[in-house]
Amino acid sequence: MEEKLKKILDEYEREEGNLIYLLQCLERDFGYIPEDAVNWFSKTLDVPPAKFYGLATFYAQFHLKPRGENIITVCCGTACHVKGSERLLSSLTKELQIPSGEDTSEDGKFTVEKVNCVGACSIAPVVIINKDIQGKMTADRLMKEIKRLK
Amino acid sequence: MKGKDIQIKVCMGTGGLAAGGETVLRAFRESLKEKGIDATVDRNCSIHQVGCRGFCARDVLVDVIIDGEKTTYQYIKPEMVPQIVEEHIIKGMPVEEWTVKDDYRQFHEKQVKVVLADCGEIDPEEIDSYIDRGGYEALRRALTEMTPEQIVNTIEASGLRGRGGAGFPTGLKWEYARKNPSEVKYIICNADEGDPGAFMDRSIIEGNPHSVIEGMIIGAYAIGAKKGYVYIRAEYPLAVKRLGIALEQARQRGFLGDDILGSGFSFDIKIKLGAGAFVCGEETALIASIEGKRGMPRAKPPFPVEKGLWGKPTVINNVETLANVPYIIRNGALWFAQYGTDKSKGTKVFALTGKVRNTGLIEVPMGITLREIIYEIGGGIEGDRRLKAVQTGGPSGGCIPAHLIDIPVDYENLTKVGSIVGSGGMVVMDETDCMVNIAKYFLEFTQAESCGKCVPCRIGTKRLLEILTRITEGRGRPGDIELLEVLSNDIKLGSLCGLGQTAPNPVLSTIKYFRDEYEAHIHEKRCPAGVCKNLLTYTILEEFCKGCTLCAKVCPAGAIVGERKQPHRIVQEICIKCGACFETCKFSAIKKG
Ligand SMILES: Cc1cc2nc3c(=O)[nH]c(=O)nc-3n(C[C@H](O)[C@H](O)[C@H](O)COP(=O)(O)O)c2cc1C
Ligand code: FES
Repeated sequence: MEEKLKKILDEYEREEGNLIYLLQCLERDFGYIPEDAVNWFSKTLDVPPAKFYGLATFYAQFHLKPRGENIITVCCGTACHVKGSERLLSSLTKELQIPSGEDTSEDGKFTVEKVNCVGACSIAPVVIINKDIQGKMTADRLMKEIKRLK
Repeated sequence: MKGKDIQIKVCMGTGGLAAGGETVLRAFRESLKEKGIDATVDRNCSIHQVGCRGFCARDVLVDVIIDGEKTTYQYIKPEMVPQIVEEHIIKGMPVEEWTVKDDYRQFHEKQVKVVLADCGEIDPEEIDSYIDRGGYEALRRALTEMTPEQIVNTIEASGLRGRGGAGFPTGLKWEYARKNPSEVKYIICNADEGDPGAFMDRSIIEGNPHSVIEGMIIGAYAIGAKKGYVYIRAEYPLAVKRLGIALEQARQRGFLGDDILGSGFSFDIKIKLGAGAFVCGEETALIASIEGKRGMPRAKPPFPVEKGLWGKPTVINNVETLANVPYIIRNGALWFAQYGTDKSKGTKVFALTGKVRNTGLIEVPMGITLREIIYEIGGGIEGDRRLKAVQTGGPSGGCIPAHLIDIPVDYENLTKVGSIVGSGGMVVMDETDCMVNIAKYFLEFTQAESCGKCVPCRIGTKRLLEILTRITEGRGRPGDIELLEVLSNDIKLGSLCGLGQTAPNPVLSTIKYFRDEYEAHIHEKRCPAGVCKNLLTYTILEEFCKGCTLCAKVCPAGAIVGERKQPHRIVQEICIKCGACFETCKFSAIKKG
């Protein structure tokens, strides 16, 4: 881990000491913001951990917990909303048995996230399955995709 | 085949990619190679194609151009490619069955392309295809023939106003920054595009990134900035990638860097990835975010043109605003000002979505009516249902009811009816959309995105949302409508930034035009559009049910019981009112109400 963190420190210094950039690197390399990493940077840079968490909790891009192996992102932008994205979301949480208030299934296989418009409104409703954008989604097709991933 | 000039352009935007643009492109390459035909298979610009040449709803769109004669195909799949190659490219007989029809032409007829003129024509990853169509000519002229003052004057004379929402005159903004004596100044391109239901800026960057870069360099020269930033959403990976490629190519050609085109002017641009916060589209919050802080807005004045990034004068412009600039410099202020209305000049790009037949990206002259947009360009409402309202301006805008669709679309007129032009999202809604639900949807959005700095916005939006939620759940109380109105006006007056100041707009405009729907929810516990779950029951009409069991199969809750070939029944206690059965039933045997 230390190795990776040192590399990020290098990048961070090249980016004029931008803490958001540092967190983006952590997210990129680890998939979330590990507490140990924050503590390490806090000591190394002499910046209180609160500063890191202040940023990490403000921006939607950062996650404080590891995410599932498969990431299903449901677009909840206006166009997708009027075309029924809510129904897709509820069938997902039901099928994957995601505890309320959480976004990851207990076995760590799936994370369900919401996004506000991915900019493909013309093919609403849109679901992104592991970075693959799929338009005109139906609950039926979505369940088939999930079964495939299981 | 020899001697013929063949071009094939495949739509490769986010929409196109989602529909399989990549595989279609590959299929063309393979099929042509097999037949030994020499043609260029361009990755033609993406979402433009999607929006302005076709609709992403019809993806994948493919242009086949033989000696200048263009045929456009829609809904193309890889397995259709060999037939197109065989019949059209080899035998010269277009496959009529798959070509676009009249509605495609109608989609384009009323449009006027300025910003999107080159989109869909050029390969966004190839700088020469932009230069071939006159790209970077405006930059050359600006740097070698014009003074910064002349540039500012031209932009002012064109009447260009900011396309990011507020509609502030761009020339005036630049003039303030130009006059500032500071040694260090910045120009920022706002590509945060947070409006949930809009994709204009993404499409412009995906389709023609160089126009934005050229506009930025001209702006930088006009105000005297040496460094620029593009603040772009991380949710737009394709746009980020193409922008990066374009910047690198511009540097190689000497359009960016030191001593640009030998003029002595130096300037470079850096990409900053947004970290996912709607409020960062607001200019002072955006600046805080670039500085590495929490993206919280601050009170204005001082405005960014006085004290912006790192305390230095900073011009922030929207993507579309900047993309207009090269065309204005190239063709002149008068040319631009011929389009539009008295106070709103030029064209505006809208993302037309929702319940219209033809969805996609459109560019229309300011002053066009909503009716023309919806019924002529958009081809009318899906399924010939009745138009109910048009939502413009996203969470800061409002819903314009069907009886007002003859008003001209410009900054002043939309504001007058309680909405705004905003960044250009245009979501069409029909009689199956519930206006209270829409208001609640936007408040969910703004409440979650409120940065929490000022109380009216943080607490106010939360209270608005609570009231709207209870109304949609059948727990509305008499007096709730008035309460919403009072609270809304207080939030508008008391909030620090544009987010809070405009957050109540969706509530106020829906109350203004659809008060009866609110009343039905509150007093009759009824949702006239049949959307609000708690106010609905689904029942099976025995006389129509054939016992096909389809509904029981799709029911995620297992709430539908019955024998095969016998009428089924919904167990109300288990039903989660998802509507899946309603949509699946082939015999209209399920009643909603
Ligand atoms: C909450 C909020 C969100 C905004 N989001 C955006 C945005 O996503 N894109 C944008 O260009 N402007 C956005 N703006 C407007 C900007 O603050 C700013 O006015 C604009 O970028 C100026 O550029 P223009 O003059 O070219 O329009 C937003 C404003 C507010 C208050
Ligand atoms: S609203 Fe879902 S892609 Fe825009």
